[in-house]
Amino acid sequence: MADTLNVATWKEAVEFAPGVHWIGALDPTLRTFDIILKTANGTTYNSYLVRGSGGVAIIDTVKEGFEDEFFHRLESVARYDEIRVIVLNHLEPDHSGALPELMRRAPQARLYISTRATTMLKALLRPNREEPFEYTTVTTNDRVSLGDRHLRFLHTPFLHWPDTQCTYLEEQQVLFSGDVFGCHYCDSRLFNDRVGDFRFSFDYYYAHIMRPFKQWVMEALALIEPLKLKVVAPTHGPILRERPRRYVAHYRELSTSSLSRELGDTNKSLIIFYMSSYGNTARMAEAIYQGADTVEGVRVSLYDLEGGEVAPFVDLIEDADALLFGSPTINGDAVKPVWDLLSSLAVVNLKGKIGAAFGSYGWSGEAVRMVEDRMRGLKMRVPREGIRVKLIPTQEELDECTGFGREIANILVGKEVQRGVIEFSDLT
Amino acid sequence: MAKAKITFEDINQTVSVPAGTRIIEISEKIGAGVIYGCREGDCGTCMMEVTEGWNNLTEPSVLEEKVLRENMAGRHYRLACQAQILGDCKVKPA
Ligand SMILES: Cc1cc2nc3c(=O)[nH]c(=O)nc-3n(C[C@H](O)[C@H](O)[C@H](O)COP(=O)(O)O)c2cc1C
Ligand code: FES
Ligand SMILES: [Fe+2]
Ligand SMILES: [Fe+2]
Repeated sequence: MADTLNVATWKEAVEFAPGVHWIGALDPTLRTFDIILKTANGTTYNSYLVRGSGGVAIIDTVKEGFEDEFFHRLESVARYDEIRVIVLNHLEPDHSGALPELMRRAPQARLYISTRATTMLKALLRPNREEPFEYTTVTTNDRVSLGDRHLRFLHTPFLHWPDTQCTYLEEQQVLFSGDVFGCHYCDSRLFNDRVGDFRFSFDYYYAHIMRPFKQWVMEALALIEPLKLKVVAPTHGPILRERPRRYVAHYRELSTSSLSRELGDTNKSLIIFYMSSYGNTARMAEAIYQGADTVEGVRVSLYDLEGGEVAPFVDLIEDADALLFGSPTINGDAVKPVWDLLSSLAVVNLKGKIGAAFGSYGWSGEAVRMVEDRMRGLKMRVPREGIRVKLIPTQEELDECTGFGREIANILVGKEVQRGVIEFSDLT
Repeated sequence: MAKAKITFEDINQTVSVPAGTRIIEISEKIGAGVIYGCREGDCGTCMMEVTEGWNNLTEPSVLEEKVLRENMAGRHYRLACQAQILGDCKVKPA
C-alpha cells in the first residue's frame, strides 16, 4: 500500500506498525497557523490509534472541523466501546478539538494528560461541557497497559506549551511526540520517505515554535535520546519512520548555540544597540562602549540599528548576556527600529539576561523608561536605571555614560558594587 | 509602621520596607533577578526560594499552593507576586 498511499482519497486508518494506526486529518488549504506561522501547502493533524490485547488507545485528536475525517478513520479499525485510553500530549485546540465528542462516544475511556495540563483542560473545555472530565495526570515513567502493549509517558513541558508531553509505545518503539518533531506540511503520502522535500518546513517550525524553549528541548532530548526508536510520530506533518534518529539529532543541533561555542565559555557577550538622529545618543553609546570594554571577561559589541536588519540581530541577542538599547525620545516615544527589534524577540528566550537603556532627549525623555519596561516585560533583569541626557551630552555626562557601561559590565561578570541597605521610600 | 528587611541574595541587596509590602513591588525596582509573567499568581514565572525567614511572609493561598505544586516547587518556594513581607527574610530567584 505504501507505494500508492494517498490519504486524500484513502479515508481509512493507515497502519504503520503492528496495531498502530494513523487516524488523523489533512488540512491542505491552511496557509496561516497560530497567527505566527505560514505554510505553503497546509498541515496535517495527526492522531494515532494503538490496539493492544487489553483495549484500544487514542493518542491526540484533531482540530475542530476535522472530526468527521478523524472519526471515520477511527471507526475503520476500532469500536468506541473498545477504547480504554485517551492520551492528550498537548491541549492546544488543534489536537483537543475532537476530544469532547470522543469522550461522549467512548465514555468508559480514561483520559491521560500531563501534570501541568489540568487547569488548561478546564479552561479549554469550559464552554462546551457542564461536568468536568475524569482524567489521570501522568509524568515521566508512568505507564498504562493495553494488555500486551504499554504506553510510557515522558514529561516534556514547554514544547511549546506548559502542558506538553510525549508518549512512547514500548513494544513497537514508537514515540508519539506531539508538536515536537512536527511541521506544517501536508502531503497525502504521509511518511517521511514518501513525501516531498519538507526540510525547510521542519526547520521553520522549529524556529518559530520550539526555539524560544531551547532549554526545555534539551531536557526533553535527554529523555528521548536513550529510547530505541523505530518511528517518531508527531502531531503535524510527515510520520518519521525512515531513520527517525536523524530528526532527534537535528533538534539537538538546532538547540545548541553556535555562537557560544565560538566565543568559548569564558567571555560574556554585551551588546549595545542604538539609533541616533543628531548623534547625541550615538555619543552616549560610544562612551558606554568604552566603559564596558574595560571590564575583563566581557566581549562588547556596538551596533547602529540603522545599518542592520532584524533577523541577524535576533540571532545575536539570543546568544548575548547583556543588552543595552539607546534611543532618543521622538514624539514621546522610543524610535521604531528599537521597537521593531524589541517586538521581534518572541522567538528567543531572554529570561534573566541583563538589560539597560539610555538616550538623549529634548524636554520629556520618555524613551528610556519605556524601553526598560519593555525589557522587564520580556523577562530581562534591569539592574540599573538607565541614563538620560538632555540634548548634547557634556563631557561630564559622557563620563557618567562610561561609568554606566563599566557598571553594567561588572554586574555581568558578578562584580556588582554594593549599595548598602536601601529604603523602600527611596525606590522610584 | 512596622518595618522589615528583605535581602535579595542574587544581587546581595537588602531593602528596608513597610510590613505588608509585596515582593513584586521591590524586586524589579532594585534590579533583582526575579522575573514575572502574569503578575497575579497564575503562571509560576516569579517563583523564588525563601532561604531565611520563611515564616516572615504571609501564608500562601490555596491557589498559590496549587501553582507551586504544578510547577514542582521545592520546599520553601513562594511566588514573588503573591508573598507579602511581614518580617526579615532572604530570597533568591528559583
Ligand atoms: C504558539 C502559541 C504560543 C502561545 N504562548 C502563550 C504564552 O506564552 N502565554 C500565554 O498565556 N498563552 C499563550 N498561548 C495561548 C493563547 O494565548 C491562547 O490559546 C488564546 O486562547 C488564543 O486566543 P485567540 O483565540 O484569540 O487567538 C500561546 C498560543 C500559541 C498558539
Ligand atoms: S508572575 Fe505569574 S505567578 Fe507570579
Ligand atoms: Fe501546539
Ligand atoms: Fe499542534
